[in-house]
Amino acid sequence: MAEELKVIVFTLAQEEYGIEVDKVRTIERMLPITRVPKTPAFVKGVINLRGVVIPVIDLRGRFGLTESDYTENSRIIIVAANELEVGFIVDSANDVLDVSSDAIENPPEVVGGIKAKYLSGVAKIGENRLLILLNLSEVLNRSEIIQLEQFGE
Amino acid sequence: MEMNQYMSMFIDESNDHLQALNENMLRLEQQPEDIGIVQIIFRSAHTLKGMSATMGFEDLASLTHEMENVLDLVRNEKLSMNGHIFDTLFKCLDALEAMVQDIIGGGTGKGEVDELVERLKGIVKGDTGAAASASGTSAPAKAAAALPASLVLDQYQLSILAQSIEGGHTAYFIEVRVREDCLLKAARAYMVFDVLERNGEVVKSYPSVQEIEQEQFDRGFSVYYITQTAEQTLHEQLSRVSEIESVTLNAVDKASLQEMEDNLRASEQSASAAKEAASAKAPATQAPAADKGAARPAAPAASGNAAPRTIRVDIERLDTLMNLFSEMLIDRVRLEQLAFEIRRNDLTETVEHMARVSADLQNIVLKLRMVPVDSVFNRFPRMVRDLAKSLDKKVDLVVVGAETELDRTVIDEIGDPLVHLIRNSVDHGVESIADRVALGKPETGTVVLRAFHSGNHVFIEIEDDGKGINRPKVLETAIKRGVVTPEEAKTLSDEEVNMLLFAPGFSTADKVSDISGRGVGLDVVKSKITSLGGNVTVLSTLGQGTKFSIQLPLTLSIIAAMLIKQGSEKYAFPLSSIVETGSLKRSDIRTLHGNRMIDYRQSIIPVISLAQLIDSPDYRDDDEIETEMLVIRKGDKLAAVLVDEFIGQSEIVLKPLGKYLTGVKGVVSGATILGDGQVALIVDPNAIIK
Repeated sequence: MAEELKVIVFTLAQEEYGIEVDKVRTIERMLPITRVPKTPAFVKGVINLRGVVIPVIDLRGRFGLTESDYTENSRIIIVAANELEVGFIVDSANDVLDVSSDAIENPPEVVGGIKAKYLSGVAKIGENRLLILLNLSEVLNRSEIIQLEQFGE
Repeated sequence: MEMNQYMSMFIDESNDHLQALNENMLRLEQQPEDIGIVQIIFRSAHTLKGMSATMGFEDLASLTHEMENVLDLVRNEKLSMNGHIFDTLFKCLDALEAMVQDIIGGGTGKGEVDELVERLKGIVKGDTGAAASASGTSAPAKAAAALPASLVLDQYQLSILAQSIEGGHTAYFIEVRVREDCLLKAARAYMVFDVLERNGEVVKSYPSVQEIEQEQFDRGFSVYYITQTAEQTLHEQLSRVSEIESVTLNAVDKASLQEMEDNLRASEQSASAAKEAASAKAPATQAPAADKGAARPAAPAASGNAAPRTIRVDIERLDTLMNLFSEMLIDRVRLEQLAFEIRRNDLTETVEHMARVSADLQNIVLKLRMVPVDSVFNRFPRMVRDLAKSLDKKVDLVVVGAETELDRTVIDEIGDPLVHLIRNSVDHGVESIADRVALGKPETGTVVLRAFHSGNHVFIEIEDDGKGINRPKVLETAIKRGVVTPEEAKTLSDEEVNMLLFAPGFSTADKVSDISGRGVGLDVVKSKITSLGGNVTVLSTLGQGTKFSIQLPLTLSIIAAMLIKQGSEKYAFPLSSIVETGSLKRSDIRTLHGNRMIDYRQSIIPVISLAQLIDSPDYRDDDEIETEMLVIRKGDKLAAVLVDEFIGQSEIVLKPLGKYLTGVKGVVSGATILGDGQVALIVDPNAIIK
């Protein structure tokens, strides 16, 4: 019996990605970001989300894609996982889809230049639409940013 | 029945009762003759038993039940306390605590109580360990066994009974039992007494009328009663009170009165004999405590009654209140800005009024989070007692200022560092008895635990009258452990030597005991206190003692700060670390050995460029002729920080940066939200001054 999985669909460099709906707190338009010194480049800083200070990372930078200027369509997706609350800056976020677990396959080694460990699978939707599902706990892995920071010093 | 909803209440209350038991046991150890304390202990144990039985924790209930039996004998003066009983009871408290902890952790509250139960049973049977002398009291007890022990009448009451019987009245000994499911025991008891008093006179009741009114009885109570009403009528009337299980009337005749009178005499004699025996023993076991015990008698007893009226509030709700209030504070600052821009008188007035109200509100909200340090201190007397015993030392812990209040978050964190420091004082500070006697000091060492307010800080001091810090020995160890080099050692001041105790991997104990001396203690203490925004210092006089002084901020959530602008970015400096603000000519900066320094009030202090530290994207201080500067302080070190522009002082609400960034080391310790909704980062002065 295949299970239905509800995912939020967002785009990043022309590719479509998905995050499970229950991991997403809210989706916000771009907000003023305060830079935090001595952090990796993909950490854009912190925002004030209704009284709570939340760190924001640029998902393009996190995956090693070239960062681009923010547009009208740019969004901050606030996700909560591993007891962390973090905002992801994405090119756009515009859809909620039901994905059948049957349609999800293991990720190939490299998808769109992103290391496979950040991905939990690839879902095939319709005839020619592919949705890359993120492995949030790996994306939010803090040991990696600490390593990155030490590397930078 | 659904028990979960009662679980948190059970846990809270059992912790309270265990704490009360511990405290009172310690008091009793000082004043073993004070039956009043035994009563309090008995009541706590009794309540605990009731609660655990209700909740289905059998082991807890059975252990407390046996404790109660022992205490019952003690409070009826059939048994006097001795070392063996104290030890057993303390062991029981430990076991109870372990079981309650298990329950808190989600366990079933099962524990190995059989051995303790046996020991307690042994004590009840008269096995009082080494000192069996006190059990002599049980002889008269046997004679009075038919009656509950506490119902022993005194001379006066006996004579009233005797006279009444002569005068043609009938005296009864009435036992009343209420039904187990009775909800309002006190009310039922009142109705019984009402019936009794309409028909005659109550001579004596057990428990006392007052205790019955406060529902401090189990399921039954008994009275001596004089009346002219016939037994049958009385029985009928009493049975008519609902929820009463049984009423037993026993007529008391002259013969039994005489017997009671004899018993009374006998027990009086043996009680005084027991007291003598006990007091003869007391000097031997507790000689040093005796003078202390006399010096502070009534004070703790008095405080027990005047309990403040309080309610329990879920900590989360307080936190929510705090958060909501912080948001209001942000809006207030925003409103103040708007009012300033709009310049309308009535708006300004309203905003000013709101500012005053919110300042009061802030005080109250902050106070809500304040908890007396007593909640941490109260476990120490017991700890010191056990420690001293295991080390074969005699140590008195004197607690001063336990009512001093601190923010709850600080309270939660400060416990462990204090445990370390007190252990350290008892283990390393106070000398062994033989050493103390040889030095002409009193056998019993004193450790003073003191808390007090001073300005925006709370100080907690731990002072012992032990051997003090031995400079050569400390240095020798420090050099051996590689903490300092021999060359450095020569130049260190006494304070610096004392602070070596807090260096990682340092321990002066020659012998590793399981109390301290693994060398992991004090550096952990220091880092914990620093992480709380506090500071720890040591003062010591060789041969006279050591004083550890911990300075802690009153609250961690709202601080006064100086806001500064750095190009387009805004930062906040905690006001507590700022010594002075001023400006500085570029030309005054000198370079010494590659470091930039300035002259500041006859001393040379380093100059730090904030722009460089934070990699400022749009501001550089190099091209300014005159720069604003902040002089900041960490301990006794000063530094001048170059900044772009001052904005002004403001009360800011500390917000964490978010867990994702907590591993990131840097110059920023947190964030705050400004009146315009933007996030400003708070600079950590401790990270700037190395």
